[in-house]
Amino acid sequence: MIDLVGKRNWFFLISAIVIIPGIISLAVFGLKPGVDFSSGTAITLHFDKELELSQVRQELADLGYDKAVVQPAGEGDFFVRLPEISAEETAKLKESLQTGLDTTITISSLYSVSPTVAAGTVRNTIIAIVVASIGILLYISWAFRKMPNPFRWGTCAVVALIHDLIVVVAVFSILGWVAGVEIDALFVTGVLAVVGISVNNIVVVFDRIRENLKRGVSRDFEVVVNYGIIESMGRSLNTGLATIFVILALYLLGGTTTHSLVLALLIGIATGIYSSLCIAGQLLVVWEKGFASRKKVATSTV
Amino acid sequence: MKRGNTPLLIFILVLFGFCLWVILPGNGIFGRDEFKLGLDLKGGSHLVYSIDLTKKDPAQTDADVIEGVKNKIERRVNAYGVTEPIVQTIRNERGSFVLVQLPGVKDIDEAIKLIGQTAELDFKEIVLDAEGKAVLDEEGKEQWVIATAKGSDGKERELTGKYLKPNAQVVLTPQTNEPEVAFEWNSEGAILFEQITQRNLKKPLGIFLDNQLISAPTVQAVIKEKGVITGLNLDAARTLAIQLNSGSLDVPLTLVERRDIGATLGQDSLRKSLMAGIIGSAMVIIFMIAYYRFSGFVACLALVVFVVLNLAVFKLVPVVLTLPGIAGFIVSIGMGVDGNVLVAERLKEELRRGRTLGAAIEESFRQSWSAILDANVTVIIAGVVLYLLGSRLANFLVMGFAITLLIGTVLSMFTQVVVTRTFMRTFVGLGVAKSPGAYGVLKQ
Repeated sequence: MIDLVGKRNWFFLISAIVIIPGIISLAVFGLKPGVDFSSGTAITLHFDKELELSQVRQELADLGYDKAVVQPAGEGDFFVRLPEISAEETAKLKESLQTGLDTTITISSLYSVSPTVAAGTVRNTIIAIVVASIGILLYISWAFRKMPNPFRWGTCAVVALIHDLIVVVAVFSILGWVAGVEIDALFVTGVLAVVGISVNNIVVVFDRIRENLKRGVSRDFEVVVNYGIIESMGRSLNTGLATIFVILALYLLGGTTTHSLVLALLIGIATGIYSSLCIAGQLLVVWEKGFASRKKVATSTV
Repeated sequence: MKRGNTPLLIFILVLFGFCLWVILPGNGIFGRDEFKLGLDLKGGSHLVYSIDLTKKDPAQTDADVIEGVKNKIERRVNAYGVTEPIVQTIRNERGSFVLVQLPGVKDIDEAIKLIGQTAELDFKEIVLDAEGKAVLDEEGKEQWVIATAKGSDGKERELTGKYLKPNAQVVLTPQTNEPEVAFEWNSEGAILFEQITQRNLKKPLGIFLDNQLISAPTVQAVIKEKGVITGLNLDAARTLAIQLNSGSLDVPLTLVERRDIGATLGQDSLRKSLMAGIIGSAMVIIFMIAYYRFSGFVACLALVVFVVLNLAVFKLVPVVLTLPGIAGFIVSIGMGVDGNVLVAERLKEELRRGRTLGAAIEESFRQSWSAILDANVTVIIAGVVLYLLGSRLANFLVMGFAITLLIGTVLSMFTQVVVTRTFMRTFVGLGVAKSPGAYGVLKQ
């Protein structure tokens, strides 16, 4: 039988290799906030004739919007990000662009948020993630109440969960400065869904460990945890695979509107599978026995 | 076959049949016969206005002002002629807001003006000196002052839009074909208007909307009940007529959030998401059958029941379907096989341990239940928090995802456990798939 618990320090190292650059990226570059969080106006414009990015940029600069961020959005569309402008200014901007570039413009989507609204979004989002994590901590502590130290199970699950969240946020931070990916309310939606789904995997593993403890598979906690992880591996990988199939299909075929949500889910679920098999149970063992592996785990099957 | 399985099987099949009927176009109960699509799929505009309560009349309570604003906006939106508009008020630590959703609205700029303008109509006269000449300010312009007159009780009253009957309408002047807004005064307004027109005969009377001069016609005769406002284009006249009929807002509004989605973008996104859902589900089905054989096949039957039940619930609740909502539903299809995977894995173990098929099936469901429950509860906790966050942020996209994820998770517990077990027992009772190999157990 594979010894996943004995190799725990390797797994912690792998996680550290991903997480530390991620945290550095977060500290240095932070996340690129969309209009939901930073306020502003984001418009996707459809032009009736083909235009170069530089033309649109130049025209906007000529109109006084020199701080505008312009990106091509495919099929002759351009995404324009401005500081918040009023409805009248938006209408005027469209008119001026039409005359300036001599084409007809359709606004295919527009999102405009004022600073008052944006300010509360960040706070509410953080509260939501904290509340969800506490809720899950309490539930797991309750579900494992018959075990010794139920709170320990809950805490390990939440630590593994935070691990997953950091990976998701770190990847978005890197994508932010590499590819200009912005975070919006849908990204937050993805992150919160990851909270639920990632813990879901951990719970299944813990459930199996609990069952093996009751059965008295071994007196060595490390061995019991390893059995639990190995026995849940098939399920974790297969459910994860099924979920990743549909999410991948959504990401590749589902259009760009929900990209940030779907990408957050994709990264979070993939990381969640890893952390449920390589981090969560191992944390339980570390708490019980420390980082050092005292005894070689028995390799025979039951 | 286990006792009680047949009634359960019949119940599931009847439920399935009913749900299948419900989701077909045009079918439904309680008049819910179409799916409700959110703004991002239908196209339209989502507007949030902040209500400035600091400007309210101190005699009014906050709640009354907010309610008044909501009612007037509802009247304006309904008169504008949008199908299924939504007008909601939101109060939170950031202030008081009114949220307006206008599906399929064509001229958003005009709609924004219509809804957000205070629309206070005033009639003003020019300030005259003792010789009857206009008093000019430093810039050489005449000065306007709100026209007042004695009301029915003998008190001085300002002539404003609040004395209008709510029956203003746009008419075209026969000679010039110019649009104008025809209005009628109520009895009090008529008393005031009569005195004011008398006093201002052959003089201009300024008509102001939110302190902006619209027109200043010269009074030709003493008028009591009726009048017209000219000097507007057709759109503006239409907007003004609606605003006059809904009444002016008691406090100013500011547009703080606006989200417009083009109708074509919505349809395109819907088509793409459905495609993704179909392909994703097909991959799940192929994978489940290839890996878990007969268990996988039964899981896929349960998955079909799950999808149909889910869609029926969406239609009957009704759930407003948004793009993230559809994503949530599709994700729950992937996660919906989780229980089946758990059971199928357990079944393989039990069969390897040498149990008989019937006993192994019962044991695997019994053993998997706590994991299925605990795992789903964590998703439900996250989903509930997400829904609350969405409603707090008044973000229909976040709420849309949360609600379908929640419904999907709850329903999948039912299909993963009850439906799959009933199908399994039925098939085993019929003597189908007897060998352990049919469940993915390799010969040892």
